[in-house]
Amino acid sequence: MASIGKIARRTFLFGSVAILGGAAFGAWYVAQPPANPLDPPEGETAMNPFVVIGDGGITLVAPRAEMGQGTRTTWAALLAEELDVDLAHVRVIHGPPAQAYYNTAMLAEALPGKGYDASEMRNNFAELVGRAGKLLDLQVTGGSTAMRDGFERLRVLGAATREALKEAAARRLDVDRVDLTTEAGAVIAPDGTRIAYADLAAEAAGIDPGEVVLREPAEWRLLGRTQPRLDVPAKSTGTAQFAIDVRLPDMRFAALRRAPHRGGMAAYDDRQAARMPGVERIVDVGDGIAVIATNTWLAQQAADAVRIDWAEIPPGPATTDEMFAAIEAGFDSDPNSTMRDDGDADSLPDGAVEITAEYRTPFLAHATMEPMTATAWITPDGLRLWCGNQAPIFTRDACANEAGIDPEQVEVNTTLMGGGFGRRGELDFSVYATRVAKAVPGTPVQLTWSREEDMTHDFYRPASIARMRGAVKDGRPVLIDAAVSGPSVSRQALDRWTGFAPGGADKGHVDALFNQPYAVPNYRVRGYLADLDVPIGFWRSVGASHNGFYHESFVDELAHAAGADPLQFRMDATYDEWEPAWRVLEAVRDLSGWDAGKPEGTGRGVAMVYSFGTPVAIVIEVQDQDAAIRLTRAWIAADPGVALDPGIIEAQLTGGMVYGLSAAIGEEITFDGRVAQQKNFPDYEPLRMTQMPKVETRILQVQDRIGGIGEVGTPPAAPALANAIFDLTGERARELPLRKRFDFVI
Amino acid sequence: MPTSITVNGTEHAVDLPGDVPLLWVLRDALGLTGTKYGCGVAACGACTVHIDGEATRSCQVRLADVWGEITTIEGLGNPDALHRLQAAWIEHQVAQCGYCQSGQLMQAADLLARTPDPSDDEIDAAMSGNLCRCGTYPRIRAAIRAAAQGA
Repeated sequence: MASIGKIARRTFLFGSVAILGGAAFGAWYVAQPPANPLDPPEGETAMNPFVVIGDGGITLVAPRAEMGQGTRTTWAALLAEELDVDLAHVRVIHGPPAQAYYNTAMLAEALPGKGYDASEMRNNFAELVGRAGKLLDLQVTGGSTAMRDGFERLRVLGAATREALKEAAARRLDVDRVDLTTEAGAVIAPDGTRIAYADLAAEAAGIDPGEVVLREPAEWRLLGRTQPRLDVPAKSTGTAQFAIDVRLPDMRFAALRRAPHRGGMAAYDDRQAARMPGVERIVDVGDGIAVIATNTWLAQQAADAVRIDWAEIPPGPATTDEMFAAIEAGFDSDPNSTMRDDGDADSLPDGAVEITAEYRTPFLAHATMEPMTATAWITPDGLRLWCGNQAPIFTRDACANEAGIDPEQVEVNTTLMGGGFGRRGELDFSVYATRVAKAVPGTPVQLTWSREEDMTHDFYRPASIARMRGAVKDGRPVLIDAAVSGPSVSRQALDRWTGFAPGGADKGHVDALFNQPYAVPNYRVRGYLADLDVPIGFWRSVGASHNGFYHESFVDELAHAAGADPLQFRMDATYDEWEPAWRVLEAVRDLSGWDAGKPEGTGRGVAMVYSFGTPVAIVIEVQDQDAAIRLTRAWIAADPGVALDPGIIEAQLTGGMVYGLSAAIGEEITFDGRVAQQKNFPDYEPLRMTQMPKVETRILQVQDRIGGIGEVGTPPAAPALANAIFDLTGERARELPLRKRFDFVI
Repeated sequence: MPTSITVNGTEHAVDLPGDVPLLWVLRDALGLTGTKYGCGVAACGACTVHIDGEATRSCQVRLADVWGEITTIEGLGNPDALHRLQAAWIEHQVAQCGYCQSGQLMQAADLLARTPDPSDDEIDAAMSGNLCRCGTYPRIRAAIRAAAQGA
């Protein structure tokens, strides 16, 4: 065990150095290796934090949240590839909260640098390292990091485990390890003798296998091929268990009603509600009430019947207009960041044509299909918790704090989640469930938020404004000077997770604005932070969700100002800067038949956004159908470097695009008196099947690093659509959602 | 007084007020959690079940008003005896988060029962009341077509 631990630590060190490009964090990390959190029963051996072998078969630990992105399947495949086991014959679990499962790639994403240009010096890590003890708790699913995090680390763990098992067999059979092979969970001797891994695990755990060599991609059995997803059969038969499906002995169901303006509660009167059918308890949760009942609906009805005087509306911007005024005022402060400043953006090159434009995007809700829900059970030993969450350690610690117990007394069971999109990285739904369960120690309570509570108590994608200035000359872009203002998601969200908000430049705020792989000689990107305390959080693709729209809409405007074809204009501007970006544009050009021209009565738009390490290009075709816009076709090309599971990647690209199109066409959260005005799907309308274009996808593997995939389809969706609408109508959309200005077929 | 309903061929006596929506009877009283809560206002389709074979939003049917035999996703098929749509859903790897898929499957089963070989427009029209935030629509279309053609 210790020896494999050593191998694993070397791997982590190598991985850290390779990913981070700096030695300080790696050296620090190796000095404090996290303990193996697994404590398997008799007859089972934890080979390392990710592999358990024993009488019960082989268990792989995939400590990343499965919210639909397929991460559990591919995470297991990375381990199984080198371990030589079949996915059909292993058990895959999420595992406990533990530092051993912290996310190395998420830290790398926080470092300055454009990403595609990795030679940048990364010198702004000091503050983060200073807080690194807390960062080890970063067992977080998000930032499209799971495969970037696991690609190297898990294959080495699989290989080291396999070699230790072989060494144990070699000693038992008195043969050389090199003469042994492995197949389907067994070591095979030259004479055909098979010894199952389970028979070797206890001996192997003490063996140092020395150096391991990873297999070449050409030798892969699982990786690079579409695997049947482990969760699909259960999700096709209604047997998959989400947090809302947890059922425990004598469990009660609870509903929540919190101050709609989030300013707290002055008083409440529950006399009528307390007498309603099924109601057992009404709990003061501080900023509202919860009703514990025998049935969720009865609890909801009683929660609605409690008469509540909310506290005064908190000071500060209370309406959407006042919030946008605060965002506009953000431009009057000093910039928080200037992450790109090439050439001279202050002047206009001789003979260039200058254009300017201002864009706006709204607040957005996550609207996961499964509303926020968690089940908490106060027992004599502590707290047992079931929830779909993207951050188990932070969840554990926050609920321990709420329950007034030690973190070690909290058992966190991470379920499948009915959509995440960033929302389930928050801790509120788990903390409120704990607060409610405290009122009835010994009784498990499932707290389910109504859709209305979910939508009005989200941590929203922030609204923002971009002011763009640019110039073209001889058919090429010669200037892009971009500025974006909005409140900082990173500061709010990190403060909620760790209790400190890092100062300094907020990279996420300008992601997909400062780091786009275009060669433009004069190129400046400034981020301005608006002073606005609306609750905001990570929303699929975060800053890239709005900056992709700003940048790629403006590049389209530049192309038209230059009199150039918008796709060719982009290809010319990416050719010398970064080939993978050019390749994805080439791919959608060919897929869509761009050069053959468009059918009568249609419009086409293109956008290319580099985010989370992956360039994605999308072409969308729209049609005028009885004076309404119909999306007819979409073509997507992406280059994640290594396509570990093409089927899952195709689904993520398509799904990411749909998430972006839904927001672009119809979604907007507005406020009045600090209360979100949209409460349910009729007011907040995602894309439906009648609006869904036909989609073709191409996956490239040109770039030499592995990129993310879960979020990258979202940023180019809105600009590709807006550019297509311009092509169809001649009207340039600079504000989302588009339905405020255009009619869409529904 | 308990209300008697028949779900997946089994009769149940339910001791809940008559105005409790069928959705919450199934989930919280009978433990049939395959049927999902998404909106409570018939806007998302996650709670779709069949009553006498007809796709119905169970969040809108009061317990007292249940007019026939109920089939839920658990009764459509099971992991050992899949309905052909479930087999097609697995073959086409439709699900992402999977939360809406019970409702999608029940809606699709209703469609194929009425229209054994639906056109693309008929599929879209029948399925447009069922939201999917993951964007699995293209694979849902493909799975329905495959199940129809395999019939």
